[in-house]
Amino acid sequence: MILLTARYRFPAAHVLAQPAYSAERNREIYGKCANEAGHGHDYSVEVSVGGPIDADTGQIIAQGLLDDIFEDTIRARYAHRMLNDEQPFGALVPTAENMALVFEELLTEAVSNRSDAHVARVRVVETRRNSAESGEIE
Amino acid sequence: MLRVTRSIHFSSSLRYWLDDLSEAENLKRFGQQAQQHGHNYELEITVSGQPDPETGMVINLTDLKAVAEREVMARFDHRDLNADTDFFIDRPPTTEHFAQLIFRLLDDALPDGLLDRIRLYATPDLWVDVVRSSP
Repeated sequence: MILLTARYRFPAAHVLAQPAYSAERNREIYGKCANEAGHGHDYSVEVSVGGPIDADTGQIIAQGLLDDIFEDTIRARYAHRMLNDEQPFGALVPTAENMALVFEELLTEAVSNRSDAHVARVRVVETRRNSAESGEIE
Repeated sequence: MLRVTRSIHFSSSLRYWLDDLSEAENLKRFGQQAQQHGHNYELEITVSGQPDPETGMVINLTDLKAVAEREVMARFDHRDLNADTDFFIDRPPTTEHFAQLIFRLLDDALPDGLLDRIRLYATPDLWVDVVRSSP
C-alpha cells in the first residue's frame, strides 16, 4: 500500500463554543478556548492520498493539482478567517476533530472529481500538542 | 507486535526525465520537476516483530544501520538518481517510485517479512509511505 502525503499550513481564528449552550456551560466544557472574542492557530493540514501510480507521470496525483485543490477547497474558504463565521462551522463547533471530518469530506469530493486518486486520511494539527485525524487509520 | 524505526537522511539530485521524450515533451509532462534539482531526503525505516527474549531487540539496530548504509546511502547519498543509478531510465524518480524502490531494496536485504513500512520525506511537507500489504 502506498500513500502520498502533502502538508499545508494556514492561520485561522476560532472560538470553541456550542451556540446552543449558555456562556457558562461553554466555559465549563471548553475552558479558555471558549473566549468569546476568539483565539487562533497556525494550522497544519496533512492530506494523504492513495490510488494507482499514473503510468505517464509516475505519480499518484500531480503535486500541482493537489496544491490547487487544497487552495480552492480549504485555503480559499478558511485561511485568515474566523472559522465560526464560515460554513459549516456556524452550528458545528470548529474543534480539530470537526475540522478533520469536514476537510476530509471537502477534499474527498474535490480529489475524486479532479483526479484518479482518493483521499485516504486528513490530519489537522492545531498546535504541537494537539491533532486530529480522519479517514483510513491503522 | 512491536514496531522499531530508524531514520537516516541523505541528499540526491534528480529530474523527472525520460530519454525517450524530447526536452519539450519532458517539460510538458513533468513541469519544473523536469529540470535538475535536489532534495534532502529523510527516510524512516520501520521493522516489526517480537523482541528476542534474550537481547530484547526486534533487530540489532547496528545490523539495520549496516543494511541502510549499503542499500540506500551507498547508492543514493550525494549521487544523481538519474545519472548514477540504473533505476530511473524508463521511469521518473518521483517520490512514489523512489519510495517503492527503497522498500524493495530493504525488503530484499532484511530477513523475510521483517520490514513493515518506510516513510520517505522528499521535503518536510511532502512524503510517501509504503506499507507491507497484509498477507
